[in-house]
Amino acid sequence: MEWEVVIGLEIHAQLATKSKIFSGSSTAYGAEANTQANAIDLGLPGVLPAFNEEALRMAVKFGLAIDAEIGLKSVFDRKNYFYPDSPKGYQTTQLHHPIVGIGHIDIELEDGSSKRINVTRAHLEEDAGKSVHEGFNGMSGIDLNRAGTPLIEIVSEPEMRNAKEAAAYFRKMHSIVTYLGICDGDLSQGSMRCDCNVSLRPKGQEEFGTRTEIKNVNSFRNVERAIDSEIARQMDILEDGGKIIQETRLYDADKNETRAMRSKEVANDYRYFPCPDLLPVIIDDNYVEAVRATLPELPDAKRARFAHSHGLSPIDAAVLAANRELAHYFETAAKIANDYKLAANWVQGDVSATLNRLEISISELAVSAEQLGRILQLIKDSTLNNGGAKEVFNALVEGKGDGSAESVDKLVDSLGLKQVSDSGAIEAIVAEVLAANPKLVEGYLATPEDKRAKAIGPFIGLVRKAAKGVNPQVVMDVLQKKLSEL
Amino acid sequence: MHNKTIADISRDLAAGEYSSVEITENLLNRIKNTDAHYNSFITVSEEQALAQAKAADARRAAGNADAWTGVPMAHKDIFCTNGVLTTCGSKMLSNFIAPYDATIVENFNNAGAVSLGKLNMDEFAMGSSNESSFYGAVKNPWDGERVPGGSSGGSAAAVAAQLVPGATASDTGGSIRQPAAFCGLTGLKPTYGRVSRWGMIAYASSLDQAGTITRTAEDSAMMLNVMAGFDAKDSTCVDREVPDYTATLNNSIAGLTIGLPKEYFRSDLSADMQQQVRNAIAEYEKMGAKVKEISLPNTHLAIPAYYIIAPAECSANLSRMDGVRFGYRCENPQDINDLYKRSRGEGFGIEVKRRIMVGAYALSAGFYDAYYKKAQQVRRLIRNDFVNAFNEVDIIMGPTTPTPAFKRGEKTADPVDMYLEDIFTIALNLAGLPGMSISCGQVNNLPVGLQLIGNYFDEGRLLNAAHQFQQHTDWHLKTPDLKNQADI
Repeated sequence: MEWEVVIGLEIHAQLATKSKIFSGSSTAYGAEANTQANAIDLGLPGVLPAFNEEALRMAVKFGLAIDAEIGLKSVFDRKNYFYPDSPKGYQTTQLHHPIVGIGHIDIELEDGSSKRINVTRAHLEEDAGKSVHEGFNGMSGIDLNRAGTPLIEIVSEPEMRNAKEAAAYFRKMHSIVTYLGICDGDLSQGSMRCDCNVSLRPKGQEEFGTRTEIKNVNSFRNVERAIDSEIARQMDILEDGGKIIQETRLYDADKNETRAMRSKEVANDYRYFPCPDLLPVIIDDNYVEAVRATLPELPDAKRARFAHSHGLSPIDAAVLAANRELAHYFETAAKIANDYKLAANWVQGDVSATLNRLEISISELAVSAEQLGRILQLIKDSTLNNGGAKEVFNALVEGKGDGSAESVDKLVDSLGLKQVSDSGAIEAIVAEVLAANPKLVEGYLATPEDKRAKAIGPFIGLVRKAAKGVNPQVVMDVLQKKLSEL
Repeated sequence: MHNKTIADISRDLAAGEYSSVEITENLLNRIKNTDAHYNSFITVSEEQALAQAKAADARRAAGNADAWTGVPMAHKDIFCTNGVLTTCGSKMLSNFIAPYDATIVENFNNAGAVSLGKLNMDEFAMGSSNESSFYGAVKNPWDGERVPGGSSGGSAAAVAAQLVPGATASDTGGSIRQPAAFCGLTGLKPTYGRVSRWGMIAYASSLDQAGTITRTAEDSAMMLNVMAGFDAKDSTCVDREVPDYTATLNNSIAGLTIGLPKEYFRSDLSADMQQQVRNAIAEYEKMGAKVKEISLPNTHLAIPAYYIIAPAECSANLSRMDGVRFGYRCENPQDINDLYKRSRGEGFGIEVKRRIMVGAYALSAGFYDAYYKKAQQVRRLIRNDFVNAFNEVDIIMGPTTPTPAFKRGEKTADPVDMYLEDIFTIALNLAGLPGMSISCGQVNNLPVGLQLIGNYFDEGRLLNAAHQFQQHTDWHLKTPDLKNQADI
């Protein structure tokens, strides 16, 4: 039978507020256990929550970025369940009146087309703490540093039809929240986590099949792999005439398989009700418009501008616009060089290769955008040839430079990379090379006119070998002139 | 010294009649010698009280004394007190030393008051007789066989027994007004949002309000001056100017329109009770007030609505008492579920468990609309009743309770019978209105309370009306015969 895959994602993104959603504790990651948990985070008797308005502002910003309805009245509810890392015995979240209503984003598919994915809603809630199972003699420890960190949970419509679309959606959301500066996007620290709902149905059937939920997948690659392995698992069962059990599953990246979490005998009844300690959050259009005024240029707009105004290919534009910092780096260098295509080639070439090799982010790269821009300028005015430019770049990567554009010029001098563009000097070298290689010259002259462009190659190599740092364009011009005179 | 009011003590300290240390020692001794009879205190913080008294005397010597400097009082054990055991009357918190002060505790400390300790109460403020406390029942100083009312029974008994001149208390369904009525005292429950709830251990968050139990309305005004005001730590606290509540006590009440809800003078209210309340109303008429019969047609829905909303909220509020981070934990838990089940099973008393179960049921899937949502709708109807009434009258009056203090054990077998105790008081909490109870007579030598209900944030008018009654009558001065009880 032919199956259709149905995927919906729930993404939790930690908001980059300085303090927690209902308390003044710091949200910084990595502190000693329980040092960033005050009486409110510990859920001590008598404490009360006070809503951090910065979290509201960020959630509204997100809503505007995905063109969503903004909840002018949002209400916090209590979701009741017992778990040691949930100090109050309930999670404060938004059930019926979320801050962000229906919105949408567009994802780019591999064939260059794009697909619209609708977002059902996004609501504010508090993160839980962490249970620590090692180092406590068989018991568990609790770290409440994370408890109360603000989250937005972004719920998609079940509109993705394969794992690649799901990964593209997750990437796009990551790109949007980091562009907005409302989430640091650090997947390895759990700043963004993804729950994947996956089901299969016979192609053409309208009714959804039974779904499973893969919890807490925390990389783009694993979203794709986890979903693919879950699709394969479900398909095997269905093809054999079996039934899918609605359950929560975990993805084991080492084995590349999903497995059922300990199943609960009965479904949880969370007994939601409006939190009586918090007033409904009321905002008006003025508030929304004030937030809208702070929206930065978003990935889609930037991508379109890169493609339309600067002539980049759609793929180049998409890659460069996906990451806000990379895009900024690219644009800074491109503006200095006044050459977007050259900058795009460099950023996607040497810069990206270096980032991958060193496993660092663009902000950690020792070569500043200003320095790259200067290198590109020097390429354009023929001071550097491509090889020399790479040499300077690599020297900067190794820390030989102080971040300033001037240090690029100093390196060019000290490394002796300034290329020779003086045609007089080059003419002398060309004359020497031609004189020393009569057979090659003979061969060239015997070559039909229309194939001579290729036959000139060996001369260029010989000239550059004889004199390092010569400008290849000038060499070409001189060679053509000299050869045509023979 | 012990029979003095807060206002008396404030004046005496200012006049140098005695020092704060002297009156503090006097009351501490009195507590030591007699409280075994009433069981009104859970914790007596002698050392801290004397230190506060010494500091207050030093402040006075330096010429920096205010109305409250060196005045002794005590807190209901529902308020967190930094470094002091805070139990909420429960085994669950029988080892909980609060690491912070409730806002109102901080306010009294800053005002220079001397806290003598923590007062007994029904477990987690759930009860109308103070029989559900893990620390034992509190006895009514008017009659040792009778209850002092609840849940602020310790606050009421301590003031009636003249162990403290005034105490903080809290009121979720009548927990200030009913014990004040049973013990012949003045109880004040302010408007919801007038006083911060920060540090007051939550029973039902949308109904809980901190207030006072004192002997006089003047003392209530003095306490409210310290307690009232905005607190950013409590989102439900209202940012609204706090008047000097003592400044309007002596205003004339001539022309005041008093509404008498016909639903509060039902035929099943005993003739004796009716008579005492009617006498008090007549007293007001003599002072120039006008009386008007009104109707609060949804009164009969108050108790059913309350017993959905309050348990629902408490079922979540008490979830944090799980044995994981603080409070009681069972011996040798086998796993996390065992730890939860036994810690909570052993740590909570029967009434608390009953309300958690009722609340969890009312909120559960499939029942929410029929119970919780419906109760919230009823709540709006009740609120509207009062809003309509206050278009016609300035103040509403009636009995605080259907009966005077009942005997211990009389109503413990039938929870619903106990719940009906709060028939006249509970609607105010649902509406968020301020209310008072003042002593207005006696039936069988037991005090009877007159309830005064004010419009939102109209505490000044309530205190004014209560004070004027106390200027014209002496019911508030009547005290139980403490001599016979003291020599134990």
